[in-house]
This record gives sequence, C-alpha cells and structure tokens, in this order.
Amino acid sequence: MLRLSIINLLLVGILLLNLFMLGTSRIRALIQAAALQGVVLGVMPLLIAGYGTWTTGLIAIGTVALKGSVIPQMLRRALREAQIKREVEPLIGFVPTMLLGALGTLLSIAVASGLPLEPQHRELLIVPASFSTVVTGFLLLTTRIKAITQVIGYLVLENGIFIFGMLLVEAMPFLVEIGILLDLFVGIFVVSIIIHHINREFASLDTRLLASLKE
Amino acid sequence: MLLLALIALPVLAAGVAAALASESRRPYVLPVAAAGHLALSLVAISASNPSSLGGWLALDPPGRLVLLLLSVLFATCSIYAVGYLRYRRELSNRVFVPCLLLFLGMTTLVVCSQHLGLMWVAVEASTLATAPLIYFNRTPRSIEATWKYLLVGSVGIALALLGSFVLAYASLGDDPSLLFGDLLRRANHMNPSWLRVAFALLLVGYGTKMGLAPMHTWKPDAYGEAPGVVGALLAGGMTSCAFLALLRVFHICQAGGEGAYASRLLVVFGLLSIAVAAIFMLGQRDFKRMLAYSSIEHMGILVLGVGLGGYGIFAALLHMLNNGLTKGVLFLSAANIHRAFDSKSIDEVRGAMRRVPLSGTLFLFGFLAITGSPPFGPFVSEFLIVSRAFAADRFFVGGGLLLLLLVVFVGMGRTVLPMLQGQPSPEAERTSYHDGLLTGLPLVISMAVVLLFGLHIPSPIEALLRDAAAYLEMIP
Repeated sequence: MLRLSIINLLLVGILLLNLFMLGTSRIRALIQAAALQGVVLGVMPLLIAGYGTWTTGLIAIGTVALKGSVIPQMLRRALREAQIKREVEPLIGFVPTMLLGALGTLLSIAVASGLPLEPQHRELLIVPASFSTVVTGFLLLTTRIKAITQVIGYLVLENGIFIFGMLLVEAMPFLVEIGILLDLFVGIFVVSIIIHHINREFASLDTRLLASLKE
Repeated sequence: MLLLALIALPVLAAGVAAALASESRRPYVLPVAAAGHLALSLVAISASNPSSLGGWLALDPPGRLVLLLLSVLFATCSIYAVGYLRYRRELSNRVFVPCLLLFLGMTTLVVCSQHLGLMWVAVEASTLATAPLIYFNRTPRSIEATWKYLLVGSVGIALALLGSFVLAYASLGDDPSLLFGDLLRRANHMNPSWLRVAFALLLVGYGTKMGLAPMHTWKPDAYGEAPGVVGALLAGGMTSCAFLALLRVFHICQAGGEGAYASRLLVVFGLLSIAVAAIFMLGQRDFKRMLAYSSIEHMGILVLGVGLGGYGIFAALLHMLNNGLTKGVLFLSAANIHRAFDSKSIDEVRGAMRRVPLSGTLFLFGFLAITGSPPFGPFVSEFLIVSRAFAADRFFVGGGLLLLLLVVFVGMGRTVLPMLQGQPSPEAERTSYHDGLLTGLPLVISMAVVLLFGLHIPSPIEALLRDAAAYLEMIP
C-alpha cells in the first residue's frame, strides 16, 4: 500500500510540474522542471516493478542520466551559445495555457475513468497522468515560439508516453525499453543537430525567423 | 532468410557507398542496389509464404503490394538520381547516397515487419534516414523544412508509440504477443474502449507520416525544398508504407468489432485532407508545393476508400499503386523543369514545353493522370472509390468527393498549364540542363505503366490486389 501511495504522490508531483511548465516565463526554469520530471520518471519503473532486476536498474540509471542531466545540459549550452533572451515567448498567454492545461488534465481524468485497467494498476493514477503530460507537451509545442521551447515540449510529450509505458514494463519490458530509448535518441538528435544548424544559419533560435515557407 | 537479405542488401550498399571515396562513382551504387532489391523482391512476392526471425518478418498480402511499388519506384529513382547528381557536382553526395539506400532498407523493414513494435521502430528509422535528404541543398530554407519535418514527424511517431503501447495494453493476456497474427486472433477479446483510443492515436501518428490533414504541415515545406527525387520517394514510398501501417491497425480494429468506428474516422480524415489540399492548391505559385498538396489530397482519397469499405478497399489499394507511380513521374519531371529554369515559381517558369519538351510532356501527362483523367490508371481507381460511395448510399460523401476533385483539377490546371505553354521569358536564363537518357527514360517507362493500368490491369497485379483486399476483409 505504501508503495502505491508513493507512486501516486510522484504522479501528482508530475501533474503539478506540468502546470508549472505551462505557467513559467523563464526558459531555465522550464528546462529545470522538465529535468526534474525526467528524474522522477526514471525511478518510477523500480517502484512499479516492486523489485530491481538488472535491466530495470539499468533503464532507471540511463533515464535519470539522460533526461535529468545530459539533455538539460545540452539545452542549457544551446541557450548560452545562441545568446537568446531568457524569456519564454508564448503565442497564447501563460494564464490561458495554464487553464487549457488544467482542462486537459480534467479531460484526461474523465477519459481514463472509462478505461478498464488490470487489477494491479487500478489504484494508480498512471493513465490520467500520462494523458495529461502528453497534452502539456502538445500545448508547449504549439503555443511557444522559440525552437528550444518546442524541443522541450517534445521532451515533455515523450515523458507522458514514458508514464504510460509503466503499465507495460512488467509484461513486455523489451517493447517499452526499445521504444523509449529510440524516442530519447530522436530527442537528442533533434536538439543537437537542428539547434546547431539553426544557430549557424539564422544566429537565433526564434522559429518566427523560420517562416519563409508558408502560404 | 530471403526477407533478411532483402533488408540487409540496401543497408550493406549504404555502407559501401559511405566508404567509397569517389564522388562521381558513388551514385552508381544506387542502381546496382536497386536492381538487386527488385530481383529479390520479385522472388519474395512470388514465394508462397516467406518468413524469418520466428514470424517477426513476413510478407502479408498488402505488404507484397507495397513492396512491389517501393522496389519499382526506387529502381526508377535510382537511375534518375545518377543523372541528377551529375548536375549537382558542387554538392557532396557522401551523405545523400547512403541515406537514400538506408531509406530503402528501413521502408522495406516497415513492409516486412509483422510485429507492432518492430514496425514502429522501422518507421522511426526511415524518418531519421530521410531528414538529411531534405537538407541536401544546405540553404536556410531547407533547414527550415528539415526542422519542421523532424519536429512534426517526431511528434507523430511519438503518438504512434503511445498508440502502440495502448494497443499492447489492450491485448494483455496469458501469453502477450504483439505479432499481427496474434493480435488479430485476440482482437475480439480486447476491450473496445482501449481499442478505440489505440486506433485514434495510431491514426494520428501514422497519419502524420502519411501527411493527412490537419497533421500535414510539414509536407509542402519538405517536398518543396527537397530534391525532386526525394519528393518522389517520400510521396510514393514513405507515405505508402505509413498507409500500410494504418491498414494493419485498421484490420485489427475491424477484427475487434470496432470497424464502424474506425471507418467513420477514416472518412472524416480523408474528406478533410482532400478539402484542405483543394483549397491550398487554388492559386499555388510554387509547383513543387503544389505537388505536395496533391500528395495530401491523394492520401485523403486512400483513407477515404478504406473507410468506405467493400470494394473501396480494393480501389484504395489500386489507387496506392497508381498514385505512387504517377507521383514519381510528376516529382521527377518537375525537378527537371526546376533544373532547366532554376526556379520553381510559375511567375518565372513559362514555355517549359519548348525548353524541355520531354519533361514538359511527361509533366502534362502526369498532371492529367493524377487529376483522374481517362485513360490513365488513377481514373479507374478514383472512379471505383466514387462509385463505392454512391453504392453504399453515402451520397454526400460521393458528391463532396466529386466536387473537390473538380476544384483540384481547376486549381492544378491553373498552375500547370501556364508553366508549359508559351515562350520562355527572355530573362529566364537557359541553364546547362538538357533532358537526357538517365533523367528521361525512367519517367517514360513509369508513365507507360500508369497508362497501362488505366487500360488493363495485368493479371498478376490484379491477383495481388484481390489477395490483399480479401486479406484485409478477413476476420479470423
């Protein structure tokens, strides 16, 4: 029982981080929050499985290292090198996006309540937390202007998928691991290559400059 | 073993191409690998039931069809690419050629995978392999296009992963297996709510790769900025593979008793895609972007055909072949015209018929074919889909489709015809490009096949189509 309450507490923490990310105006804080979310996610498979095997341990260490340290470091470096302003520039204001995020969370809870779960997952908030994090990532992707904040949006979306993967980590660990690792790889790929090239060509990470291609 | 060889061949060829030091000799790896791939594909398609890796790799009937299209299209493009790269000596092809081959390897893996997870990995890998292809020209505009392609594509693929997870969770049982055969057999034990969520997520995810509206935003940019040969491979090959992925998921959904729900979603996304494409095609000044919108339109027609059910599925599969081959001709001839005028805006391109008569003629035929004019192949498949809509008493769907096809014809015609007619304007300088054997003959052959499909579908192809349609309607 204690194990289940700890997991749910962590999931509530993730939901709160989602709202914080939608409301913050500082890119550094956004990176920090995404990193913290990654670390929380990294330890969760150990709690869910209830025991530590070699592979779950390795996955946990790998996820914490990548999501909590490597990717945030890369993002901070990009932020430094591009010398962009530290503010998040939203297309839609912070309060409206927070409200949308809250609405998304409520909807996620409503949808999740209609989906039957296996007995061992019934007490957990995994499904609503997962859907709500996906919605948050989607909102960050679509309502923020800078390329770097869009990348963070993608990483948050990926966190949401990772949470859902917890439901499957016992039954099909291989699928979950390969999927998450590949997604992470793509995240790093997008961050490093594109930010590098956009920096060089445009001397900025503002995607509004990336607007010569439109109707 | 056969299927493993089919996937390994292009991957090994990519390694060889990357290791070759000579810029001028590297492109020749493409036709050699393509010929080997085509030969192996034909053997695999005619083999009774090839499978490898304990059933993870196998060729289902729809897979045979897509493999044939992919291999033929790649062979066409590989010959063209040799000619094309001679005109682009100023740019290194050290990344371009290996990535084309990796693209072939990974899309072949999509076609052959019989495992939900493996198929997802293959779609992801083929996206990564194509990103450097779009960036070939190294201009700020091509970076912008690559950025959108990767970001939108990755979000789509991430949602497809979530959908795969949901489907996997719905299928949990005594012996969890994600092979399509097992999923089909157990589909009627799956919870319908989970199945619906899974289908919606997978439709959005793989629909992004197909370029269905409203997830199509990457397409005009990527097709507009990428070299024509990449556009041809993406519009004919990549999208067909994503369509195949969607078909497999649709099949599972149908076996689980949620076919009506899935069909409804497909019809809505199909009509929306055709409508969006028709609107943006009116008054389009950039002819490569126009082709991108045409691709969005035809992806809409494909899912609409499947959504209508019955012989609509047969028609959609036939249309996939017609669209893939015609798109090849259109993108490659458009690339020739682009090269001859050094512009892809219809404000500067005039009199293409006079400057490059062969490419101009092929572009005209391609335009007539893709807009559904007889006697070309797409006419037959589009006619079947429209008639299926009326046969199923879906009068609004059928009528709407006819109206939108008319708008597309007018919109595309207003862009294409001024390009081809008249005299080249004096300030439009003559570039060094001339139609040659390598950049002409593969297109002529493809166009002839499209014409043949309109007059008479060869019986082996028809047998493949019937098998695939029957397989997709079968519920184990």
